[in-house]
Amino acid sequence: MISSFKKALDSGKFIITCELAPPKGINLDKTAHHIDLLKDKVHAMNLTDHQSSVMRFPSLGGALLVKEMGGEPILQMTCRDRNRLALQADLLFAASRGILNVLCLTGDSVMLGDHKTAKGVFDLDSSQLLATIRTLEKGKDLGGGDLDGYPPDFCAGAIVTPEAKPIEPQLIKFEKKIEAGAEFIQTQAVYDLDKMKAFMGYARQFPVKILAGIILLTSAPMARFMNKNIAGVNVPQALIDEIAAAPKGGAITKGIEIAGRMIKRIHEEKMCDGVHIMAIGKEELVPEIMAAAGLTP
Amino acid sequence: MIRSITKPKSKEEIHSLLGGLNRIYIIGCGTCVTLTHTGGAPEVAAMKEALLDSGKLVTGQIVVPVACDNLTSEILSEEIEKIEQADVLLIMTCAFGVQTISSQLKRMVVPALDTLFIGKETASGQFNEICTQCGTCVIGETGGICPVTNCHKGLINGPCGGTNQGKCEIDSNKDCAWTLIYNRLSELGRLDSMRKLHGPRNFLGEPKPGKYEMAKS
Repeated sequence: MISSFKKALDSGKFIITCELAPPKGINLDKTAHHIDLLKDKVHAMNLTDHQSSVMRFPSLGGALLVKEMGGEPILQMTCRDRNRLALQADLLFAASRGILNVLCLTGDSVMLGDHKTAKGVFDLDSSQLLATIRTLEKGKDLGGGDLDGYPPDFCAGAIVTPEAKPIEPQLIKFEKKIEAGAEFIQTQAVYDLDKMKAFMGYARQFPVKILAGIILLTSAPMARFMNKNIAGVNVPQALIDEIAAAPKGGAITKGIEIAGRMIKRIHEEKMCDGVHIMAIGKEELVPEIMAAAGLTP
Repeated sequence: MIRSITKPKSKEEIHSLLGGLNRIYIIGCGTCVTLTHTGGAPEVAAMKEALLDSGKLVTGQIVVPVACDNLTSEILSEEIEKIEQADVLLIMTCAFGVQTISSQLKRMVVPALDTLFIGKETASGQFNEICTQCGTCVIGETGGICPVTNCHKGLINGPCGGTNQGKCEIDSNKDCAWTLIYNRLSELGRLDSMRKLHGPRNFLGEPKPGKYEMAKS
């Protein structure tokens, strides 16, 4: 069984994915509303895994909900909270429920989240998790044992930060992720598309699909906050000025316009294979961003 | 030189650990804790003052040369009367010293310090962890810089996405080990070493509790 997301990646179509954060608790109403709204508009939805190390409903549960509602999930899995036994078990469970797209992340430190004294696991790293997926697909586990059941056919991905400083160590890791089996790569949020273009000049040599990360800007302070606090995110001053100059109450409209404009350029210039839209709690705006980019589902 | 790096526990924690015990014998050490100023003669004297001020009775105090040495028991045997008058030993050494003394004297002990790591002084008053004794040394492939110790996540395949301007995502005062390793391997013309994809680590090089017997020749 090939996932519909993998088929879309292989089709050469311009790919659109988005991101959903499961709730802190078991009230899934808002998540379900967003899934319902987006499932037929995007190729796949990422379910975040305790993003920023804040404890939430599990990404696996969110991915299952997407699947049950007829959408296409991308299961985010970090190596922060589970050792290799637990990661493999969750991959088997995911496969058994038709959840085949997995984004492999090392994960933020627990110190960045809301359980600051917890033990960070990091038994595996992102590249080793990718390799684990490829091992399971051969019917084996990391202990060398045989799996009882048809080996799952996953679509594995990872991330890269094109504007990391220094960039060279990141690119070595990027190449190792591809060697380990990454089929698609989502980038950290990019705002300077000339730099993204330069990155793609390098990345094109590898057999991997690249989705440019787009984070919706909602205000000038939010942009400054990201510049200060998120590694590898650099919102150019011109964009901050543009959103700051928006009329009162119009910052989000301006943010949608900026995101739409960026996606439009990426699409028109065939800069990369698609985009991954992160609206961070405002997922209901994804259709408006797509409309602003001139994209139809 | 390799050192045990310690920091003082808070007064509140020490008070809580001492509980209702009022007669206290204090032991300091003349080695690692003199470097960190956490358990040498001046700190032992200050601790005595603080305890007296809080109404405790100090039956005696000593700064042994090397608390973790087996000879410590002989030195302490000369103090045995004062030690026996005490309800508890308050020990201002690293945990190695506390455990050595506790096993030698078989008396209730309270550590006055937290042992942070095994490391060295890299600049005046600044201490860095060097080795976590993992039992599966990887530094032959990382230019002699240990990612198991110096990377917050102990990653062996390169940096995570949280690295920023050569610093760690948890603290901008801490270097990103993988930036250091990249720079070192780059200088040595050995970046090929960093490109090697490593499989999962063996986290049980020496399963806890560590115990090693030399092979008989």
